[in-house]
Amino acid sequence: MAQAAMTETAEPISRPDGLRGIVADFSSDQRAFKNVPWGKAMMWIFLLSDTFIFSCFLLSYMTVRWSTEVPWPNPSEVFSLTIGGQNIPLILIAIMTFILISSSGTMAMAVKFGYARDRKKTAILMLVTAAFGASFVGMQAFEWTKLIHEGVRPWGNPWGAPQFGSSFFLITGFHGTHVSIGVIFLLAIARKVWRGDYDSQRKGFFTSRKGNYEIVEITGLYWHFVDLVWVFIFALFYLW
Amino acid sequence: MTDVTPETTSYLAPAEVEDVELYHPKSFVTKYIWSQDAKVIAIQYAVTAIAIGLVALVLSWMMRLQLGFPDTFSFISPEAYLQLITMHGMIMVIYLLTALFLGGFGNYLIPLMVGARDMVFPYVNMLSYWVYLLAVLVLVASFFVPGGSTGAGWTLYPPQAILAGTPGQSYGIILMLASLALFIIGFTMGGLNYVVTVLQARTRGMTLMRMPLTVWGIFVATILALLAFPALFVGAVMMMFDRLLGTSFFMPQIVEFGESLKYGGGSPILFQHLFWFFGHPEVYIVALPGFGIVSDLLSVHARKNIFGYRMMVWAIVVIGGLSFVVWAHHMYVSGMNPYFGFFFATSTLIIAVPTAIKVYNWVLTLWRGNIHLTLPMLFAIAFIITFVNGGITGLFLGNVVVDVPLSDTMFVVAHFHMVMGVAPILVIFGAIYHWYPLMSGRMLNQAMGHFHFWVTFIGAYLIYFPMHYLGFIGVPRRYYAIGETEFIPLSAATLNEFITVAALIVGLAQVVFIFNLVWSLFKGEKSVKNPWRATSLEWQTPQMPPAHGNWGKELPVVYRWAYDYSVPGAAEDFLPQNLAPDQVAIAKGHEASGVRAAAT
Repeated sequence: MAQAAMTETAEPISRPDGLRGIVADFSSDQRAFKNVPWGKAMMWIFLLSDTFIFSCFLLSYMTVRWSTEVPWPNPSEVFSLTIGGQNIPLILIAIMTFILISSSGTMAMAVKFGYARDRKKTAILMLVTAAFGASFVGMQAFEWTKLIHEGVRPWGNPWGAPQFGSSFFLITGFHGTHVSIGVIFLLAIARKVWRGDYDSQRKGFFTSRKGNYEIVEITGLYWHFVDLVWVFIFALFYLW
Repeated sequence: MTDVTPETTSYLAPAEVEDVELYHPKSFVTKYIWSQDAKVIAIQYAVTAIAIGLVALVLSWMMRLQLGFPDTFSFISPEAYLQLITMHGMIMVIYLLTALFLGGFGNYLIPLMVGARDMVFPYVNMLSYWVYLLAVLVLVASFFVPGGSTGAGWTLYPPQAILAGTPGQSYGIILMLASLALFIIGFTMGGLNYVVTVLQARTRGMTLMRMPLTVWGIFVATILALLAFPALFVGAVMMMFDRLLGTSFFMPQIVEFGESLKYGGGSPILFQHLFWFFGHPEVYIVALPGFGIVSDLLSVHARKNIFGYRMMVWAIVVIGGLSFVVWAHHMYVSGMNPYFGFFFATSTLIIAVPTAIKVYNWVLTLWRGNIHLTLPMLFAIAFIITFVNGGITGLFLGNVVVDVPLSDTMFVVAHFHMVMGVAPILVIFGAIYHWYPLMSGRMLNQAMGHFHFWVTFIGAYLIYFPMHYLGFIGVPRRYYAIGETEFIPLSAATLNEFITVAALIVGLAQVVFIFNLVWSLFKGEKSVKNPWRATSLEWQTPQMPPAHGNWGKELPVVYRWAYDYSVPGAAEDFLPQNLAPDQVAIAKGHEASGVRAAAT
């Protein structure tokens, strides 16, 4: 049985049960993940690697928050806005979170219409997603500006542990960069969808390869990942 | 055992993956410089890695000169000595070994061995090399900036790495961190290619459990790298912030020259955790491809199937998994919670189990094999011996009570040079002697090769065996000069002189090797096709060296695993992976019984 997989095959390799079956499936002929295109497999593995980066950032932030002897500033007070004379904690962050999560919805719809070959709807939904993303980055820029005006710097701040500012700029900056790259990615792909590159089999400028609508889903994977990371940042940095 | 006779109809799964459209280069520049062909990228990677490795070799000579003959060389100052050890270590581990195994051998062998035309994303693969080259150039630039390269030790421990007392504090450390970040970005682009090519782009009949162990080793090592390098990346970015922006991620409150620095509240141990979360898997990133390659060398040159193929695969996977839960055994003296030591010592010793399985299987592969003492085989055997030696001292250091007194002595230096310096390098040499004919169409010169082997192998022991002893008597590592110390006898200095002389001679042998590489390219004996009579796919290409696209019109089809050597009843002593069962020639006298497949 198992030996047959290694040497000559006179018939289709029979599929064993249990754990051996799982191994046989993964090690099966030609592809480990059936019907998963190369690009999608690559994006998943990249996101796994990127998960480790964000995990290390967040764990490091929690470690310094614990190692510093100076009290940690209260995020609810720091990230509050006075609107109409009323001080509302975390209001901007709440709006940003709402926007980013909504953008995941429009992205998912774009993927659906992409596979349905509906060029116009796909492109518009991707542009809407990009607009949500851009407004998220814009609000983040507003937040940064506000905090910098209030005296927050990477090396110190008026309210307590200097690691507050360090971690804040580092983590939100790194996440914001991811969102910005996603927006650029979305715009580029939306343009190609709009132009019909994936129907006319036009070759890519850099890679000289033909693309297809799977790229919309691959973009979507990245986008959903960036949203998911934000949820963790929101929970661990802002709510804690 | 499976009986296979020429009458059997061979079943083949239908093709799942469409044949890819390759980018066809038209000019010299797109063919050899901005090349998207994995084989050219592999050679670019290898040449760059070997070139920067030679720089690190020269650095080690200078270190040895200082240790062997202190007060003799005026051009080696204490600061320069620290810079030498730092750059030597960093270059050898990351820019030579990692790049050569994964970027060099990975790029060359993965597509050929799994029967693909190229990596799945050739353009990204090309970018990977150029970002790697940029990382190397940034690293080299740090030699020339004011203050020179960093002298923080390859571990770059804060707080000293970014404080004024450490050489290279002004620019060297910045360039080092930038270079590491670039390396990781470049590597990620290449690594995604290697993993996806192995997972999704194999040819018909090539199941994962039929792949040569070389591919398994490189594949698992790449996964480790993709998951371990993020920790180093994060550490590098945060240290860069500490150095440039004055943040205090890793910096506690520090008084320097009677003056309190602006830092405070950070955790130096945090960096050590991040560094070693990368650093320990890194050991296996350079060891696993070595394990894989050496398995193939032993099998080919002993004309015998690898013993326990499945166990070998699982051992690679298990070692890879365990390597993520042992990192703090580098930190027993760091001041972390002592209870951690129990856990990490236990997990460290557990790794010895799959590793021992591999060593037994290598030896059992040789047992009653038809051993040809070719150069690759000599290096493979030398690897087994060296790896066992280095591995056993690892068991010493993995135990907390033994590690604490031995920590930061020459014993540690001897241990890690044996296990992750000499051992993988021996595999690299063996692999180069083995695959050089495939890459160039010519054999390497035998006489120079034998000189190179014996001097390197014996010399390595003359260098590192005495070093264990130095460590036992308490000679510390990373010291510019020991001077007169009560507990270190004067004979230690004589031993150091001996080691230095041995190191210089071994270094010279490497120059002979490099000369051989260049000389044989033009004057070497022309190789026949498949000179080692190997079964794996890389030797079965229509042309040798393989042409662009590797396979001509039709992709190869795989009928068997990569280890059908000396199959009873077959006329030839090897059956290539792409040889159909009905084409197997039967030896005289076996016509009735047919061929029995070798796998058991």
